[in-house]
Amino acid sequence: MVAESSLLTWVVFTPLIGVAILLFVKPEREELLRWITLAVTLFVFFLSLPLFFKFNSDTYLMQFTQKIPWIPGYGIFYSVGIDGISLFLVLLTTFLMPICILSSWRYITEKIKQYMIAMLLLEMGMLGVFVALDLFLFYIFWEAMLIPMYLLIGVWGGPRKIYAAIKFFLYTMAGSLLMLVAILFLYFKSGMNTFDILKLYEAGFPLELQIWMFLAFAVAFAIKVPMFPFHTWLPDAHVEAPTAGSVILAAVLLKMGIYGFLRLAIPLFPQGSLYFTPLIIYLAIIGIIYGALVAMVQPDVKKLVAYSSVSHLGFVMLGIYALNMNGIEGGVYQMLSHGLSTGALFLLVGIIYERRHTRLIADFGGMQKRMPIFGAIFLIVVMSSIGLPGLNGFVGEFLILVGAFQVKKIYAIVAAVGVILSACYMLWMFQRMMFGKLDKPENEEVSDINKRELAYMLPVLVLIVLMGVYPSPFLRRMDASVAHFIALSQGKKEVYAFEDKAVNPVSHLLGKSKVGKSDGRMRDAQFTMHDAGFRVKRNR
Amino acid sequence: MPHPEAVFFLRFIPLMPLLGFLVNGIFGSRLPRRAVGLIGCGTVLASLVISFVAFARLVGMEPENRALLDTVYVWIESGTKGWIFRADVAFLVDPLSSVMTLVVSGVGFLIHVYSIGYMGHDPRYPRYFSMLNLFTFFMLVLVMADNALLLFLGWEGVGLSSYLLIGFWFERDSAASAGKKAFIVNRVGDFGFVLAVLLIFVTFRTINIYEIAGIAGGHPELLAGGTAILITLLLFMGAAGKSAQIPLYVWLPDAMEGPTPVSALIHAATMVTAGVYMVARFNFLYLAAPGVMMVVAVIGVITAIFAASIGTAQNDIKRVLAYSTISQLGYMFLAMGVGAFAAGIFHLMTHAFFKALLFLGAGSVIHAMSDEMDMRNMGGLKSIMPITFWTMLFATLAISGVPGLSGFFSKDEILWESFSSAYGSTFLWVVGIVTAGLTAFYMFRLMFMTFYGECRASEEVKRHLHESPAVMTVPLIILGGLSIIGGYIGLPKILGGAHWFQSFLDPVFGGAHEGATHASSGVTLASTGVEHASASTEYILMVVSIVVAVVGILIAYKLYVKRTDLPQKMAQRVQWGYKLLLNKYYVDEGYNASIIQPVISFSQHLWRHFDDLIIDGGVNGLGWVVTRMSRGVRVVHTGYVQNYALLVLIGTLGIIWYLLFYRT
Repeated sequence: MVAESSLLTWVVFTPLIGVAILLFVKPEREELLRWITLAVTLFVFFLSLPLFFKFNSDTYLMQFTQKIPWIPGYGIFYSVGIDGISLFLVLLTTFLMPICILSSWRYITEKIKQYMIAMLLLEMGMLGVFVALDLFLFYIFWEAMLIPMYLLIGVWGGPRKIYAAIKFFLYTMAGSLLMLVAILFLYFKSGMNTFDILKLYEAGFPLELQIWMFLAFAVAFAIKVPMFPFHTWLPDAHVEAPTAGSVILAAVLLKMGIYGFLRLAIPLFPQGSLYFTPLIIYLAIIGIIYGALVAMVQPDVKKLVAYSSVSHLGFVMLGIYALNMNGIEGGVYQMLSHGLSTGALFLLVGIIYERRHTRLIADFGGMQKRMPIFGAIFLIVVMSSIGLPGLNGFVGEFLILVGAFQVKKIYAIVAAVGVILSACYMLWMFQRMMFGKLDKPENEEVSDINKRELAYMLPVLVLIVLMGVYPSPFLRRMDASVAHFIALSQGKKEVYAFEDKAVNPVSHLLGKSKVGKSDGRMRDAQFTMHDAGFRVKRNR
Repeated sequence: MPHPEAVFFLRFIPLMPLLGFLVNGIFGSRLPRRAVGLIGCGTVLASLVISFVAFARLVGMEPENRALLDTVYVWIESGTKGWIFRADVAFLVDPLSSVMTLVVSGVGFLIHVYSIGYMGHDPRYPRYFSMLNLFTFFMLVLVMADNALLLFLGWEGVGLSSYLLIGFWFERDSAASAGKKAFIVNRVGDFGFVLAVLLIFVTFRTINIYEIAGIAGGHPELLAGGTAILITLLLFMGAAGKSAQIPLYVWLPDAMEGPTPVSALIHAATMVTAGVYMVARFNFLYLAAPGVMMVVAVIGVITAIFAASIGTAQNDIKRVLAYSTISQLGYMFLAMGVGAFAAGIFHLMTHAFFKALLFLGAGSVIHAMSDEMDMRNMGGLKSIMPITFWTMLFATLAISGVPGLSGFFSKDEILWESFSSAYGSTFLWVVGIVTAGLTAFYMFRLMFMTFYGECRASEEVKRHLHESPAVMTVPLIILGGLSIIGGYIGLPKILGGAHWFQSFLDPVFGGAHEGATHASSGVTLASTGVEHASASTEYILMVVSIVVAVVGILIAYKLYVKRTDLPQKMAQRVQWGYKLLLNKYYVDEGYNASIIQPVISFSQHLWRHFDDLIIDGGVNGLGWVVTRMSRGVRVVHTGYVQNYALLVLIGTLGIIWYLLFYRT
C-alpha cells in the first residue's frame, strides 16, 4: 500500500494514469473503454477509503499532507492535505465517479473514448481543488476542471448545449478571473512570498483590503454555489448536460463554491467576510425561498431539481454564515446530503429519460404501475431531499436551523418556510409523474429499473439511510476542523470553541445562575463588535 | 420527574414492526400471501406483548418512580460546550407512553388482522402490509421518544406512512392528491413544531423531555417573558396539523381515499391523536402559559362543534366518520386546554376503541356493498349483517355518550372538567354539550340510513350482500367489548369508581393540579375559574348530558326512520344552510383561492419575469455588448506571430515594472 504522505497524490493523479491507459485503446473498443474507466474510478474510490478510516478526529491540523517545492522562486509549492471538511468532499467525489460511469454506460453512444477521458480529467481536477493547500495549485485545478465540464455539456449535451455550455463557461470564467486578480494581488500585497493557504491565514490584512479581496473571492464562489442572483446558468447547464454531467455538477461542482468560502474567502479575510455577513445571509434566505417557489412551477423535471438546488444551497450558505458549530456542521453535512440526494435525483431522471426521451413532467403520469421498484427508490430519494427525519437530508437541515436560530430567530423562521415549500414542489412533481392513471400510450411499454441501474442506485440509497440514522461518524470527523474554522472566521489563530464534549448540558446549565438568554446576548455582542470593524493587527 | 430505570428491552417494541416492514417490503412479493399476513400481524402482536411486559413492570414500581428508559445510541450531536445540541435514540415508557403503546399496538394488531380479510384480494397486498407495519413502527417511536427530535422523527414518519397509505390506490387521482394534501398541510403544522424545538433548545439547552421538565420546574424564570407562550403556541400549531384542528383540519376528510382499515388505524385511532399526546407530553409547558391553554380549549371546542355540524349533512359514510373524528379530537384538545390531561388521554383511549370499530364496521359494510360508500344507496342491512350491525351499534352508543359505555365516562369527564376546572367556563361546557347532542344525532343518522328501512342498493349489489368473514368480524367483536367495558378503568369517584386510570397517569401530569390551583389564584383566570363545584352539580351536569344525547338520538330516529321525507324538505326549506354544510363551509375553496393559486402565479412571475427577463436578460445583454466590443478588438488579432510576440513583450515589461515599483 502507498505511504500515508503520498496517499492524496495517488488519489488525485490515478485518474491521469487511467487517461494514459485509455489513450492506447482503440476508440471502437467501446466496452473495453467503459470497463477500464469503471475500474480506474473504483480503484480511486478504494484508494480514498483509508482517508476516512485513518482520519484523526482529534485534530484540526491538515492530515495526509505532502509538500514539495514546485516553483520555489515564487514560493509555489505542490502542497496537499485534508481536514474534516475537505475529507468528505474528496470521498463524495470518489464515491460518485464510478456511479457516474455506470450511469453513462448506455446513455453515451458517441465519442466514448473522449467522454471517458473527459470524466477522468474532471475527477482529477475536482479532487485537486479539494486537496490543494497552495493557492496557485488550487487555481490551476479550479481552472483545469472547468474545461472537461464545459466539454461534457457542449459535446454530449442536449439540443441547446452550445448556449448552455457557453453560459456556464462565461459565468464561471467571470468569477475565476476576479479570483485570479485577487490571488495575484494577495501574493504581492502580503509580502510573504508564499501561496501557502495556511500561512496566508495568518497574514491579517487591513480591513479595507479585506473587504475588496473578500468581494472578489466571494463573487467567484457565489457564482459557483450558485447563490441568488447568480444562479441562472445552473438550470440551463443542468437541462442540457448529460446525466453524469448533471450529477457531477450538482453533487460536486456546486460544492466547490461552498468549499471556496470555507477554505479561502472566510478564513483569509475574516473581517471582510463579517462585513458582508448580513448581505450573504439575506441572499441565502432569498435563495431558499426563491429557488423553492420557482422550482414549483417548472414543467421540466431537471429544471425543477436545478432550482431545488438553489434552495438547498441557500440552506448551506445560511448554516455556514451562522458561524457557530451547529450551523457550520449542519452546512457541511447538508452539502454532502445534497450531493447524494440531488445526485440521485439526476440519476433517476436520467434512467427515466433513457426510456422515454423526455423530461417534461406532463409527459409522464401513472409510472408507478409500470416501474414499482423505480418508484420506491424515487420516493426514498424525494423524501431525503425534502428532509424527512431518519434520512440524510434532515440532519443537516435541522442543524442549520439550530445554528441560524441562535444568531437571529427570523433567519430560521423564514428558512423553515423553505422546508414547507420543498415538500410542495417535490411531492407535486412525484404525484404528477408516478401516480394517477397511466394514460399515455408511450408509457405503456416502459420497463422497470434494470440490474445495472439498481447496482449504482443501491450504494447511494444505503448512504442516504446511513447518514440519516447514524450521522456521528461523519459529524465527529468534522468537529475539530469546524471549531478551528470558527476561530479563524473570528480572526483568531487559536482554537477556542472546541472544548470537552463530555459536559452534560443540563448540569452545566443548572450549575450557573445566569442561563440561556444572557449567553445569547453575549454572542450578539461579539457579532456587533466584529460588525463595527474590529481589526486584527498585521502579523508578519 | 422520576429518574427512569434503565432497561434493555424497550427498543424491541418499535423494532418488531420495522422488521416486518423490511421483510415484507423487500421479499413480500416473493412470499406466499399467508406468510405476508402472518409477518405483518405477528410483529405487531410481539410489540403488544412487550408493551404489556413494560406496563406490568411499571405497575410493579412505586407510583412516582414509574419510568423505564432504553438508550440505544446518540443520534445527532453537534456543538460546543454549553451549546451542545444532542438527540439520542432512546425509548421511554412512563404511564403516559405505556397507555399509548398499548393502544397503538393493541388496536393496531386488531386492524392488521382485519386487513387480512379486507385487503385479501388486492394485488398489492405485501406493499400494504409493509406500509402498515412501517406506520406502526413510526407511531411507536413517536409515543416512546425521550426527546423532542426523536418524537419529531416519529411524527414525520407517521406522516409519510399516512401519505403512502392514503395514496395506496395511486391510480385514482383523488387518492394521490389526498395523500399529497395530507403531507403538505401537516408540513405547515410541522413548521411550528420545528420552531418550537429550536426555541426549546435555546431556552433549556436540551431537548430531552424529562430534562426540560426538570429545568422548567427549577427555573420558572426561563419561561417568563413570553417564551412559554411562544413554545406552546408553536407546538400547538404542530398538534393542530397532525390532529386535524382548525385551521389545519382540511386534509383529514380527504384522507378517507385510503383503504378503510387505514382510516381506522391512522386517521381515527392512533396517528391523529399524536397531537393530543404531544400536548399532554409537554403539559408542564402549557401549564406555564395559561393564556395558550385557553386558546387550545377554545380551538378544540370550536373544532368539535364545527366538524360535528358538517357531519350532519354528509352522505359518504366514511366522511361522516372523518368529521366525527375531527370533532372528537376537538374534545380531547378541550380537555388539554382545561388542564384535564388525564381525561383527554382517557377519551383518546376509549375513542380509539369505538372509532376504530366504527370505521372497521363501515369497512365491513362497504366491502359487502361492493365498494359503495354513499349512505343514500344503503339501508336495511341490519338483518343481513348482524355482527357488523350490533358491534357498530355499541360503538355508536359509546360515542353518543349513552351511560354505561366507555365513551360516556370519558366524554362526561371532559365536559365536567371544562365546566369545573380552573381553566374551564360555562361557554366551553355549553358548546361541548351542544356538540354532544349533534354527535348523537349524526351517528344515529348514519346507523339508521345504513341499517334500517329498505335497501336502496341496485339489484346487482343486493345479490352480493353478505356478512364479512370471521377474520374481519372477530376484531369487530373484540373492539365492541372494549368499547363497552373500556370506560370502567376510569370510573369517576362519584359513581363509586376508583379513578384508576387517572391516578395511574398522575405522576406524568403531577403539575396539573398545582397548576390549576395556581392559575385560579392568579389574576388572568380568576374570573373564569369556577370555585369548587360540588358533587351535586356534577350529577346535574351528568343528567343534562344524558338528556341531550337521548334527544339527539330521538331526532335522528324521527327524521331517518319515521318520516324519511322530512330531511329533504328541510334541506329545501333552508337551502343555503344545507349547501353550506354539504360543501363543508367552502373552506377548501377558500384556501385554494387565497393561498394556493396566488403562490403558484407569483412563482410563475418570478420564473418568467425575474429569472428569464431580468437576470438572464442582463446576462445575455452583457454577452451582446461583449460581442460588439470584441469586434473592435479583433483588429489586434492579426494572425502575425511577430505582433503577438510584441504584445507579450509589452505585457512582461509591464509586469516587471509593476513588480519593481509598486510591490510593497
